[in-house]
Amino acid sequence: MKVMEYQIQDSVLRIAFEGDYIKKNLPEDFFNLIKSAEFQKIYVDATHLKSWDSSLLIVLFELSRFCSRSHILFESKDLPKGVEKLLKLATAVEPVQNVSQNLHEGFLDHLGGWGINIYRSFLRGFHFALKNLKVYFSSFFQKPLMRHVDFLFALQECGPSALPIVSLISFMVGLILAFVGAIQLQTFGAQIYVASLVTIGMTRIMGAIMVGIIMAGRTGASFAASLGTMQVNEEIDALKTMGVDINEFLVLPKMTAIVIAMPLLTMWADFAGILGGAFVGILALDIPTSEFLRFTINAWSLKHFTVGLFHGLTFGFIIALCGCYFGVHCGKDADSVGHSTTQAVVYSIVWMIVATGVITFVLQRIGI
Amino acid sequence: MTNVIEAKGMSVGYGPKVLLKNADFEVKKGDVFIIMGGSGCGKSSLLKVLTGLMPPLDGRFSVLERDFVTSDDEEKLNLRKKTGILYQSGALFSSMTLAENVALPLSQYTDYDLSTIDELVHLKLALVGLLGYEDYYPSEISGGMKKRAGLARALALDPQIVYFDEPSAGLDPVSSARLDELMLEINQNLNTTLVVVTHELQSIFNIGNNSIYLDAQTKTITGRGNPKELLKNPPNERIAAFLTRGKAK
Ligand SMILES: Nc1ncnc2c1ncn2[C@@H]1O[C@H](COP(=O)(O)OP(=O)(O)O)[C@@H](O)[C@H]1O
Ligand SMILES: [Mg+2]
Repeated sequence: MKVMEYQIQDSVLRIAFEGDYIKKNLPEDFFNLIKSAEFQKIYVDATHLKSWDSSLLIVLFELSRFCSRSHILFESKDLPKGVEKLLKLATAVEPVQNVSQNLHEGFLDHLGGWGINIYRSFLRGFHFALKNLKVYFSSFFQKPLMRHVDFLFALQECGPSALPIVSLISFMVGLILAFVGAIQLQTFGAQIYVASLVTIGMTRIMGAIMVGIIMAGRTGASFAASLGTMQVNEEIDALKTMGVDINEFLVLPKMTAIVIAMPLLTMWADFAGILGGAFVGILALDIPTSEFLRFTINAWSLKHFTVGLFHGLTFGFIIALCGCYFGVHCGKDADSVGHSTTQAVVYSIVWMIVATGVITFVLQRIGI
Repeated sequence: MTNVIEAKGMSVGYGPKVLLKNADFEVKKGDVFIIMGGSGCGKSSLLKVLTGLMPPLDGRFSVLERDFVTSDDEEKLNLRKKTGILYQSGALFSSMTLAENVALPLSQYTDYDLSTIDELVHLKLALVGLLGYEDYYPSEISGGMKKRAGLARALALDPQIVYFDEPSAGLDPVSSARLDELMLEINQNLNTTLVVVTHELQSIFNIGNNSIYLDAQTKTITGRGNPKELLKNPPNERIAAFLTRGKAK
């Protein structure tokens, strides 16, 4: 059975609805017709309409908008009262002009905007870093605002809780270093130097790098997510309006904790890595334990060890700053928390690599 | 008139913490049914039970003449399609525009083609007075607009029941009155049953034609009926105080 009939008669478009007009798609051909046809009046007859839902409303809604646009008379007979009222309600408020639509931008505009954005966010990040480093170092001389429990929680989170994963990964890295080195060294019959290779490699750089990457993914991300959620819940706004310095209150405990934890974790990672190397050296390469130990101790030097710790310390600052920066500058919706977290991890790793490059260059210049 | 919701001996709570004991009530088709009571008496929890977000501790209730507690997942889904919910803050998805928010249930649960969905979205947004805001994100509009957009989404599937949790919370008096009017229009013209949790007296008297009062101390329903009648003959002192903002002694 047809639920909608229409015809044009004496320049009047007559439409009749019958039966149950429920869950119907928009009649496309009908709307194509009225766009091209000529008539001065639309007459809707709903005498035989039994039941209806929103799909009838959209037809009438579209029709009445069409009529007011092209100044055509709209008449109806026996429209259900609800339909009439709802139509009135729907057309009561004039639509606002849509302003949120993206303006069309040229390529050069886009490029310029991109450059300016990068410059601005670099400046903002730089200011954030400077300010927080200042807060950090002045906290040695002046009692800061931060709550001690916050600091202890953060320390627990970046210290003991991170130990298992740090141990496992460093052990594996030591193991891999030893294996890869052994293949080459064995051709010269010098596999005993695996011990030196692993010791120097782990203490000077690999321990710190592995801990840095783990902590960026683990702790940096959690800093960004928790601060970002606080931003979404307007907790950070509340703190600011109370006059609380968020750098001291929120960032400082996290930064202090991770800056303390990083060198310790680096030391631990060095140890676990050397253990991994020994595992390969002693069990797979048949190096006597005492020999391996002797070469390890010979290769260990305070210089490499300190350089490693210095890397760890620097990475601690970088992770804290990146995590907190992206958390504090998070947007106001759920998606931006995810985005901030990703940014925090990516930027931590990028800046750690940059820092490693700079430190290596400087140390090489001054001959360490 | 048929009952769209019927609760028998229902208890609501969290584990050992009981908020409502052995409650009976029914909501008739076309009602604007108010659930009132002081803060923390369990109104939101009752709503969670009615919308199937958590099971009742005890007892049973039926929605649209189907037993909700014993129904299987498919039947629950079917019932859910026939109900809409407006949460306190609108609960719009922040990564979607208003149009996409309203279109979501339509594209999930109906076979309409794209242009029809588009037009339905326009209609629902027009009904709540938000035509032209299709491409806005929830973070770009005010609290009152978020509520109205949430209502547009709740109405997307032409539901038979719409639940509201404190619709006027956080709105200015004018927006709040407009929302009340809108709710009445929807109730009268779409013949939708509204179940409204609120403690806004103005709304209670303006829109409610039936109600229950949850008492936090006895954990039972101590009053029921048309709110205006309740004000005339309050069954107990706490209800009298509630309906007069504590002025009645
Ligand atoms: N998930 C939950 N677990 C345990 N108790 C809860 C939970 N949610 C709410 N409550 C408790 O239930 C009581 C009623 O809460 P709610 O239903 O939100 O009250 P209302 O909406 O009437 O203000 C409160 O005392 C609250 O602490
Ligand atoms: Mg509540």
